[in-house]
Amino acid sequence: MPRPPADPDRLDRAFAALADPVRRAIVARLSTGPATVGELAAPFTITVQAVSQHIQVLEQAGLVTRTRQAQRRPVHLDPAALESVTAWIDTYRLQAERSYRRLDAVLDKLKEQT
Amino acid sequence: MSPSPTHIGAPDGSPFIDLDREFDAPADLVFRALTEPGLVARWLGPRDLRMRIVEYDARTGGGYRYVHVAPDGSEYAFRGVFHTVTRPALMIQTFEFEGAPGSVSLETRTLRDLGGRTALHQHTVFPSVAARDRAIADGMRRGITESMERLDELMQRQDGSS
Repeated sequence: MPRPPADPDRLDRAFAALADPVRRAIVARLSTGPATVGELAAPFTITVQAVSQHIQVLEQAGLVTRTRQAQRRPVHLDPAALESVTAWIDTYRLQAERSYRRLDAVLDKLKEQT
Repeated sequence: MSPSPTHIGAPDGSPFIDLDREFDAPADLVFRALTEPGLVARWLGPRDLRMRIVEYDARTGGGYRYVHVAPDGSEYAFRGVFHTVTRPALMIQTFEFEGAPGSVSLETRTLRDLGGRTALHQHTVFPSVAARDRAIADGMRRGITESMERLDELMQRQDGSS
């Protein structure tokens, strides 16, 4: 069962982590399956070290995890954590907000008529 | 006017969702927009779905039923009864998606006059914590799909530029 994130600090870290386009691209790649740092670095012109730092930020935000396999340490996306950030906050509230914006327009029309 | 954001509250482990929103209009106009079927049809529900109101009798003891029609022709029907409607400040009604019959939530809407502006508070009680979480999860699934599509597009742009 999905749980909204209880810890606002963690939410702040997750939003900060996703504010960077390289980190969003890494998350997008991981949504198709786990990958090593080298594989994640391949599409970018930046160094493997820089990509590794981006992954650390995502890890600290709780969005990805790294398994301890001897040679490879593939990075996994935690879909539940990502959902809790991208969707929980946005979707239910934004659906209501979309309706309310249309209600704003209806009220503007009503005010003109009165 | 500047847009007023919607605030949401949905404490973990509770069956509640609370929404707060301010409108730049007096309470009697907001009440009209919430109760007159011709006005309700113009704002309630997703913009890309056509809204067909079968019944909307917003009086104490009245009932309502409306259908959202998607571009592909699929229909989503909702119905309920108005338990209490008191102009211009209070509406208490049931809400049921006919696609999931038997899971009925109770919505209480209160309007507070702020002197030209109006504060709307909507408190929804779901029949269980699980039903509340499901309502949020339904939204989540749509959200995660959209987010992933956007991320995929971003990834493709990254691929193209490297």
